[in-house]
Amino acid sequence: MANKGMTIHLKIWRQARGAKDGAFVDYTVQDVQPEMSFLEMLDILNEQLVKKGEEAVEFDNDCREGICGTCGMVVSGVAHGTHAACTTCEIRMRSYNDGDTITVEPFRASSFPIIKDLVVDRAAFDRIQSKGGFVSMNVGSAPDGNAVPVPKEHADKAMDAASCIGCGACVAACPNGSASLFVSAKISQFSWLPQGDPERTRRALMMVEQMDAEGFGDCSNHGECEAVCPKEISIENIARMRTEFIKAAFKG
Amino acid sequence: MSHNLDAKIPGGPLADKWDQHMIDNPLVAPGGNRRKHKIIVVGTGLAGGGAAATLGELGYNVMNFCIQDSPRRAHSVAAQGGINASKNYQNDGDSVYRLFYDTIKGGDYRSREANVYRLAQLSMGIIDQSVAMGVPFAREYGGTLSNRSFGGVQVSRTFYARGQTGQQLLLGVYSALSRQGDAGTVKMFPRHEMLDLVVVDGKARGIIARNLITGEIKRYEADAVVLATGGYSPVFYLSTNAVNSNATAAWRAHRRGAYFSNPCYTQIHPTAVPQMGDYQSKLTLMSESLRNDGRVWVPKKSGDKRHPSEIPENERDYYLERRYPAFGNLVPRDIAARAAKVECDAGKSAYYSDQSVYLDFGEAIGRLGRDVVADRYGNLFDMYKEIIGDNPYEVPMMIYPAPHYTMGGLWVDYNLESTIPGLFVAGEANFSDHGANRLGASALMQGLADGYFVVPRVVASYLAGTKLDAVNTDHDAFKATEDDVNKHFQRLLNIKGSRTVRDIHWDLGRVMWDKVGMARNGEGLKEAIAGIGKLREEFWQNLALTGTDKDLNKQLEQANRLADYLELGELMARDALMREESCGGHFREEHMTEEGEAKRDDQKFMFVSAWEYKGENQEPTMHKEGLSYENIEVKTRSYK
Repeated sequence: MANKGMTIHLKIWRQARGAKDGAFVDYTVQDVQPEMSFLEMLDILNEQLVKKGEEAVEFDNDCREGICGTCGMVVSGVAHGTHAACTTCEIRMRSYNDGDTITVEPFRASSFPIIKDLVVDRAAFDRIQSKGGFVSMNVGSAPDGNAVPVPKEHADKAMDAASCIGCGACVAACPNGSASLFVSAKISQFSWLPQGDPERTRRALMMVEQMDAEGFGDCSNHGECEAVCPKEISIENIARMRTEFIKAAFKG
Repeated sequence: MSHNLDAKIPGGPLADKWDQHMIDNPLVAPGGNRRKHKIIVVGTGLAGGGAAATLGELGYNVMNFCIQDSPRRAHSVAAQGGINASKNYQNDGDSVYRLFYDTIKGGDYRSREANVYRLAQLSMGIIDQSVAMGVPFAREYGGTLSNRSFGGVQVSRTFYARGQTGQQLLLGVYSALSRQGDAGTVKMFPRHEMLDLVVVDGKARGIIARNLITGEIKRYEADAVVLATGGYSPVFYLSTNAVNSNATAAWRAHRRGAYFSNPCYTQIHPTAVPQMGDYQSKLTLMSESLRNDGRVWVPKKSGDKRHPSEIPENERDYYLERRYPAFGNLVPRDIAARAAKVECDAGKSAYYSDQSVYLDFGEAIGRLGRDVVADRYGNLFDMYKEIIGDNPYEVPMMIYPAPHYTMGGLWVDYNLESTIPGLFVAGEANFSDHGANRLGASALMQGLADGYFVVPRVVASYLAGTKLDAVNTDHDAFKATEDDVNKHFQRLLNIKGSRTVRDIHWDLGRVMWDKVGMARNGEGLKEAIAGIGKLREEFWQNLALTGTDKDLNKQLEQANRLADYLELGELMARDALMREESCGGHFREEHMTEEGEAKRDDQKFMFVSAWEYKGENQEPTMHKEGLSYENIEVKTRSYK
């Protein structure tokens, strides 16, 4: 455990709040332990900066165990880093070697404006969710939990889609800046459940319309979104969203 | 002067109290009458988000604040294992009374009977509501809901969505909030932090909040304020909580007159990934559900540091199965955590460090097959492998207790109303339902019971039954409170010292863990009080901060929160020192049985402590709420 640790070089995007542009700044962190998380390595950098009287690098993070979806940065050119199926906070430094240089940038997409340094504004996701990403069911109206049986396979499919943490890596990875994986995961979840059925037409139309209104690009089947998704949400959901949308468009 | 608090528990038989109370209390008529009432809800977890959405559905004018960039990220999202409900779907003898009984016993007879019974009653509606909202709970092939077991009970009443139950329930809440957002009944304030409570003529009438992006500090007025801002485990620095989880909203309300109850009741969760180094920022929980199939053990021989694969079966001590044959690996959290400490203190630990024990799935994989185990716990195993580097399918998992949940919180009466009229407190932020120890899968239950069912009704009763003068943000109380907040920030920024927030918080965490952690004693607690006082002094003289308050500045946010932890930590130690007994998560080394179990003193301590703030560096005053048990026989808690 107590080995000497690695030296890691960082090129981090710094951008003041309200500034149109930023630039990469070089930093070096020493004595990095392999068990450290990537964000703990950034914590050490920030400790150094504050002790020198410089401003810390701002990055969004919270649970630090891959479930809240708060963290997200482009690490070595890939959203959430090159390690498959994990969020930025789950990256461990044992994935790197002594002397490595790592570039760190914010998620870049026209619908995710940069707020400061590595922090971006993903409120567009909330606005999409508010256009039908729910079952209209007031508290008090629900029947018994077992009143409507749901086949296990369907519940499992719904759960696969519902695992989305809303981090936005899919958008950052897509050459078109499309939010299709995020939106389709929500539409899919409800499409597998009988509870989602009464509003499926309305939901598909409204969510897709809001996605377009937010300026997200179209999906052209690159598959980059699936590759970076920390929760391995499948692009099959996008196919399902298209089916739901076409059916809905015909029903109108 | 100390006085006794009235919990305003309604009369009548236990099973009828809540229904009768609702019949007896006034209502607000739908439509314009509800729309004209503004309600502030702080927090968007299961309790806060659930309350805000439901109040919105009812037609109130709701403002909902959270520090996260989206309400979907509140820390409820991280709860793994499940949510309890007394459905008795498994036909194994469950009932409202049994859930009530298990919760009171699990809390070591230090929670309020009437609240716990209501919680057990409401538990069923939570499952119905969540299913109807499209929460994808685990199901059987026949299409019905699945259940599993959790610690401290002998029925299967826990509903779950893989190892992500909190996430799925929170997304249900978030979807309801989203719907109300679109309907215009709930206005969201993400990336906003409540920094103070505004009290006008003795009633909670608003808050002061800071926009975490611009730093702008603003006043918000309302007819009632609901706090659902979670617990205070990060006072230990290393905990399973999110790094931004904090006690600031609750503590500022405390400073304005809300009493703080049972601060020493903290839950140290038995199964977290062991601590690795002093660079660490948090500890990662491994769900209690793992104890359904995992067997906890240490080497029989002290100092045995062989790799587990080299330790034969007869040299392993499955100490939970040995000490607690009736419940085995599924004893409650406080018992399991303390037992791990006892073994490690005796030099028996896993190979990794002196503070780790094994949680072994070898037997389960042999019995069920790897695929079934992967289906149940796959995401947790992956998470573990990522952190430690060992593959838990092959090498036994290693775990150690970690600060996780806080049973203490702001004092509330039966109506979840604090000692400040119009200030309601829900979820982990209040103290009322779990006594001295919370059972697994009960936090989500309490959060949603409070959020979906209790808060909307009790707030309505308050609004209908209270004469509220028109108040706007020009009122002197708003101005004075905002001035206090601004002064506090200037004071922080003007310290210009040399120690970082993290440095000082780390030191506080060490004091708390060593002296106010899993085992406490009088001498250590006195040292803690003195030590925290010194740290507080150091903080105010030597804190290093950069940047400004008119910008996104997380160092400043954390410094502001640490200032409150440095006061709350001391109150925890004072409460623990006052409570000369052991109960649940509060273990005083001077008070244990010959077998090393917690020894309560019901004669002297069958009460809730409720501390009144008396000013900075002033000793607080303790008030009491006596506890009485009319529907349950008070016994020595045993899981043997």
